[in-house]
Amino acid sequence: MTVDNDVVEPGRPPEAIKAVPVRHPGRWVAAAVILVLVAMFVHFLFTSDALDWAEQRKYMFSDPVLKGVRNTLWLTLAAMVGGVALGIVLALMRLSANPLLSGVAWVYLWFFRGTPLYTQLLIWGAIGSLFPTVGIGVPFGPEFDTWKTQELVNAAMAASLGLILNEAAYMAEIVRAGILSVDEGQQEAASALGMSRLQTMRRIVLPQAMRVIVPPTGNEAISMLKNTSLVAAVPYAELTFTAQTIYASTYKIIPMLVMACLWYLVISSVMMVGQYYLERYYSKGTSKGARERRRLPFMGGGAP
Amino acid sequence: MSRLRKGAAGPAEPPADAGPMVKAEQVHKSFGRLEVLKGIDLEVMPGEVMCVIGPSGSGKSTFLRCINHLEKINAGRLWVNGHLVGYRQSGGKLYELRDREVAAQRREIGMVFQRFNLFPHMTALENVMEAPVRVKRQPKQQAREKALALLDRVGLGDKAQSYPAQLSGGQQQRVAIARALAMEPALMLFDEPTSALDPELVGEVLEVMKQLAVDGMTMVVVTHEMGFAREVGDSLVFMDGGVVVEKGAPREVLANPQHPRTQDFLSKVL
Ligand SMILES: Nc1ncnc2c1ncn2[C@@H]1O[C@H](COP(=O)(O)OP(=O)(O)O)[C@@H](O)[C@H]1O
Ligand SMILES: [Mg+2]
Repeated sequence: MTVDNDVVEPGRPPEAIKAVPVRHPGRWVAAAVILVLVAMFVHFLFTSDALDWAEQRKYMFSDPVLKGVRNTLWLTLAAMVGGVALGIVLALMRLSANPLLSGVAWVYLWFFRGTPLYTQLLIWGAIGSLFPTVGIGVPFGPEFDTWKTQELVNAAMAASLGLILNEAAYMAEIVRAGILSVDEGQQEAASALGMSRLQTMRRIVLPQAMRVIVPPTGNEAISMLKNTSLVAAVPYAELTFTAQTIYASTYKIIPMLVMACLWYLVISSVMMVGQYYLERYYSKGTSKGARERRRLPFMGGGAP
Repeated sequence: MSRLRKGAAGPAEPPADAGPMVKAEQVHKSFGRLEVLKGIDLEVMPGEVMCVIGPSGSGKSTFLRCINHLEKINAGRLWVNGHLVGYRQSGGKLYELRDREVAAQRREIGMVFQRFNLFPHMTALENVMEAPVRVKRQPKQQAREKALALLDRVGLGDKAQSYPAQLSGGQQQRVAIARALAMEPALMLFDEPTSALDPELVGEVLEVMKQLAVDGMTMVVVTHEMGFAREVGDSLVFMDGGVVVEKGAPREVLANPQHPRTQDFLSKVL
C-alpha cells in the first residue's frame, strides 16, 4: 500500500473555487412578466371607478359596518370556544371503550360533517317549525314548563349554535388525532404514578396533544372567520350580510364587497400572529420549540 | 461474598415476621387467545432485589405490569404488601376495585420503563414534582425541595430545569427513577431500564439502582445486565414461555444453571 499523496497539507487551505455560474434566463423572463402584471394591477387599483375607494371609505367605519364586524368577531370566537369544548367531549366519547358513547359521537360526526354548513344554518333559521316548542319535563311524559322555540332561539343564538355544533364535529377529529399522537407510554407512566384518568388527560395527554391540535385549530379559526358569512342564511347581520344590506340600497356592489374583504384580511392577519404565539407556547420541551423561539413572528402561522 | 447492603445505614430492616412484599400465586394472563403468563408463582421479600431474565416475549414485562395492575390478570392471585392487587375479597367473593382505589394501590409501587416515558413538556424538576403535588396533594414548596433532593441523589441536581429532550438517555432514566421515588414507594419495578441506552450510559443508571438497593429498597428488575444481577441481586428468576423455569441465588444460577432452557439462554447472552 502506498501513502496517498493528494492529502491536503495542514495549514494550507485549498484554493477557493471560482467558476462561471449557470445562467437562468427563464427566471428573468418570468420575473419580467410578473412585474408587468403587478404594475397593471396597481394601475387598476388606483384608476378603476368600479372600486370607488371614496365609497368604501365612507362606509368602512360606519356604525352598521362596525356592528357587522363586531358580530363577525364574536360569532367566530363563540363558534371556536364552543366548538373546541364540545369537540373535546366528542373526541373523548369517540375514544371511549363504551360502544354507546363512541357510537353516539360517530353518528354526530356523520351528520354534521356529511351535510353542508349553509343548509344546517338554514335549518337553524327555521328551527321554530322543526321544534315548535321546547319544554322541561319527563321524557315522553308530562311537561312542567314550555316555551315557544321561535322566541327562545333568536337569530344570534341560532347563528352561533349552528356554527358551534358544526365546528365541534371537525374539532372532535382534530382533538382525537392529537390525543392518539401522544405516546401510550405517557398514559402508562402517569397511571403508574397513581394519577387518575382525568389528571392524566388534563396534565399529561392534552398538553402534549396540543402540539398536534393547535396548528389545525388555528386554521379552523381562520376558516371560521370566513364561514361566519354563511349565517346570512339564518339571517343574522354579520359583516358580509351588512355589506349586502348597504349595496342593496346604494347599488355599489363591488366597493362594499372589497371593503368587507379588507376587514376580513385585517382580522385574519391578526389571528395568524396569535396562532404563531400559541404554537410556540405548545412546542415547549421539543427541540423544535427551542429553535422556533428565535424566529420572527411573520414567518409563523398557518395558511389562511 | 456478603451483600453490599449488610451494615449499610438504610431504613430499618423489616421485622423477621413481615410477609412478602410481592406474592404471586398461579398468575395467568392472556391477550385474547394468546396465553402470555401460564401460572407464575413467586415471592419477593421486603428489601429483596429480584432480577428477572429471559428471552424476549417470555412475559417479563407483562408480569411487571400485572404487579401494578396496568394489566388485569385472568386467573390466580397477586398480592403487594399484603393487599390483593386490583381486587377486594369479601365473603369469598372478589370485587373489582374502583379506578381511584387502583390508583391508590399504584402509589405504593414505583415503575421505571425501558423507554423512560418522562413527560416531555415538563422540566426534570416538574416531572419529579408532578405526582406528589397532584396525587398526594403535597404543598408545592415541599414537593419542590424533595424533588431537588431526589435529583441530587441521582446525580442530576444541576439539571432540574432541563427538559427531557435536552438530557442524555442515561440522565433521562435517572430522572425517571427520581420521579418514581418521589411517591415514596415500598416497591420499585424496573423493566429493562438500561436496554434503550448507549453502552457508555448504562453504568450511571446501574449505579443509581445499586445505591437504591443498598438503601434497602425492594426491587424487581427485568434486565439483561448479568453483572448487575450477580452483584446486586438477591435472587435471580429465569422466565421462558410464560413460566418461571428456574429461580435461585444469582451466582448459582449464572454459574451453574440447572435447567437446559436456562443453560441454552445463558450460553447465548453471556
Ligand atoms: N397489550 C398486548 N396485547 C397483545 N399481546 C401482547 C400485549 N402485550 C404483550 N403481548 C404479547 O405478550 C408476549 C409477552 O410480552 P412481554 O411481556 O412484553 O415479553 P418480554 O417483556 O419478556 O419480552 C409477547 O408475545 C407479546 O407480543
Ligand atoms: Mg419486555
